[in-house]
Order: sequence, then structure tokens, then C-alpha cells
Amino acid sequence: MKFKKILLILILLNLNNTYVFSIEPDIFVQSTVNRASDTLSRNISKEKKINELKKIAKDTVDIRGVGFYSLGSARSTINDQQKKEYFDLFENYFLKSFSSRLSEYTNPKIEVQGKEVINKNYTIVNSILIATSDRPEIKIDWRVYTKNPENPLIRDLIIEGLSLARTQKEEFASILNSNDGNIEVLFKTLEEFSKN
Amino acid sequence: MFRKLAITITTVILISLNAYAGSDGEVLLKKDQPEEIKDCFEKLNRATFALNQGLDKTIIKPIAKGYRNLPTPIQKGTSNAVRNLSNLITIPNNILQGDIKLAIINTGRLVVNTTVGLLGTIDVANKMGFPKYEKEDYGQTLGTWGVGPGCYLVLPVLGPSTIRDTAGSFVNIFGGDPWYNASIQGNNEFLNDSIYITSKALSGIDFRANNIESIENLEKNSIDFYASVRSLYTQDRENKIKNNQRGSIEVLYKDEEDWEEIDSQ
Repeated sequence: MKFKKILLILILLNLNNTYVFSIEPDIFVQSTVNRASDTLSRNISKEKKINELKKIAKDTVDIRGVGFYSLGSARSTINDQQKKEYFDLFENYFLKSFSSRLSEYTNPKIEVQGKEVINKNYTIVNSILIATSDRPEIKIDWRVYTKNPENPLIRDLIIEGLSLARTQKEEFASILNSNDGNIEVLFKTLEEFSKN
Repeated sequence: MFRKLAITITTVILISLNAYAGSDGEVLLKKDQPEEIKDCFEKLNRATFALNQGLDKTIIKPIAKGYRNLPTPIQKGTSNAVRNLSNLITIPNNILQGDIKLAIINTGRLVVNTTVGLLGTIDVANKMGFPKYEKEDYGQTLGTWGVGPGCYLVLPVLGPSTIRDTAGSFVNIFGGDPWYNASIQGNNEFLNDSIYITSKALSGIDFRANNIESIENLEKNSIDFYASVRSLYTQDRENKIKNNQRGSIEVLYKDEEDWEEIDSQ
């Protein structure tokens, strides 16, 4: 009986090990950009492309994490109700902004070149957007959140050393600073951006 | 004489203000400290930014679009020539930053491109395998010496800057830019003020023409375009001062604590 129990536990442990895969951040980024590139090179309307890109962003970007980061110091002062409202507004804002930025490109080719593990939570994946006759080669680094190795998520894009998340955070801070820290003004701005 | 004296006094005041604003009442000139840019003149800066946007829409952008319609060899040649001229500021800054090896390489690049490359219009040095060219200026040198950026400034026509970087630009007209010395101060029949001004204008138009789509995209997707430009300028200067080749890792570490707080899973 005891032997049977041990055997069962061993089998269960083995099953668990067999079916839990960690995804390497560089492979994750390459497959994400391939997905986006495929969408952008397809002969479909811009509206359809934007919807596809939004879907990709929802699957691969830690929108909640980016939203929290962008809020800066205000994240510790707003209440739960405001947090909920903020995340709904931020998600709409982020998806619109993200898909709109990307949809301008046609058939971008991104090549992952390496990665650098910062700590157990973050890996930076290095890539290049291959040059075309219209533009030079562009370096793009991806901050990948790896706390859950089975489900890595993108938290930032660093284009030629310029962090999009940091730019966004400083933009939000500017709006808050210009309005005595009134979070409602930021909410209104995000809402207006998403509507237009 | 009076003009030079006035410029000297202005520069000294600007540098003093810079040290004050950058240190925030304390002596904070540590190289590895994250730089903090204060927008001390935000209202004035936003007004200047709006003025610059108006100038851009009515004059600069249409010219940049026209420039983009020129045959590619002309655009490429112009771009290479103004870039080649910038070596004249980069080389003294390489020396001031203690990078003698790079100063020698850039001198070689300047000689090769100016002669074999037909006044810099062809980047022969690049084809010969010279290392990638990175521009340097006096603002960057002040940064590497530990001078903080000071307050953020938006200059009419010239755009984003800081007190340190503006003060650095003044060095150009105090003998720091051989091209300025030869064309404006020099007594020769080949160069004059208009050639210098044209070369600077072409450099600006070339930059604008190369960034038409990215600036449009940024403006369209920003909820506060002014703040976005300020942030990007700050990050770019930080990278240039630290000579980050890839630009990312050091800047990323700077924000590490803030990122570590975020736990969404």
C-alpha cells in the first residue's frame, strides 16, 4: 500500500514536470514579432490589422503591469475604486496607442540577436528592426517579465535606448503635475484619447 | 568686444545656474547618479514649444518634405557632408573626454572623407571599415565631467535642450568649432557667414526629413506631446553622455527599483 502511494506520488510529480514548460524570453519575443509581422504584411484593411494587433498585445504584453508602472508614485495614493477605473481606461488607451503606432509599418522584419538576464523577474531581449531603403537599422530591446516562466510577458520596448514605458510614465506625471495631482484629469485625458 | 564679453557673462551665469539647478542645493556631481531634469520654466517652455510647432508645420516640415523628394544621391551626399563637418566638434570633445584613440580615428575619418570622399559627400571611411561614428558635443563633455543637466529648456527654432547643453553650445562660438572659426571669424575668400548658416540649416532639415514619420507617429499617439519630447530628449542625452552603445541596459537599471515594485501576476 505504502509502495503504491509512493509510486503514485512519483508519477504525479513526473506528470507535473512533463507538462510544465518554461518559455525562453528570446523565443517568446521572436514568435511575438513573427505574429505581428505576419499581421502587418497581410493584405487586409487597416482596421482589421489594428484589431489583430490588439489581440496580440493582449496575449503578450503585461498591460496591467505597464499601467501600474506608468502611474508612477500616484499608484500608492489612489483607492481601489480608482485603480479599477484606471486599469479599464489604461487598457483601452494602451491598446489604441500600441496598435496605432505599429500599424504604420508594413512587413517589418525583426531579428532577435541575444538576451541578458537581469534577475529572476526580468530578461532583456535584444533585437534589430532590419534596415530598408527608407530607414536605417533600428535597435529594439524588450523588457520581458519572467516571474512566471511559463507565461513571459512584455513590459517595455526600448527603441535605440529610448524606453517607451518611461516616456509614458513621464507623460502621465506631467499631466498629474500640471493639475495638482488630480487623477481625474488623467482619467479624462485617457478616455478622450481612446474615444478619438 | 562687447559682444564677446556679453556672451562670456551669459555663459558663466548659465553654467552657474546649471550647477545650482543640477545639484538642488547639494553638491551632486556623481557620474553614476541618475540625472534629474527639472522643468523650471515649464510655462515658458510650453509656449516656445508651441511656437516651434507652428514654425515646424508652416516652414520646416514642408521644406523637409521637399528635401525628401530630391534624388537619393543628393540627400545622401548632403547628409554625409554635414555629418562629416560635425567631426570638427566631435574630435576636440573626444580629447576633452580623454578618448585619444577615438579622436585619432575620427581625425582619420575626417581626412579620408574630406579628400577621397569629395568634401565629405561620400562616406569612404565607413566603406573602409572605420568604427561607427558617434557625434560628441560640449554639452556631452560637460556631462561626462559630472555637470548635471540643470533645468530643461526649449529654445526657439532649435528645440529641446538643457542649461548645460545650451552652455555647451556657446563653446562653439568661443573657438570650440573650427568650422565656425573658419567661416565666420576667418578671413578667407572661400567661406563666409552664409555658408556656415546654410550648413547648420541643412543639418536641421536633414534630421527633420529623416524623422517625418516617427515624429508624426509620436505626436499622434501622445497625450502630452511636450512631455513625450522632453522625456525622449532626456533619455537620449543620458545615453549619449554615458556612451551607451546599445543604450538600454544602464538606463534600464536606473529604473529597476520602480519596476521591481510592480507585481501583476
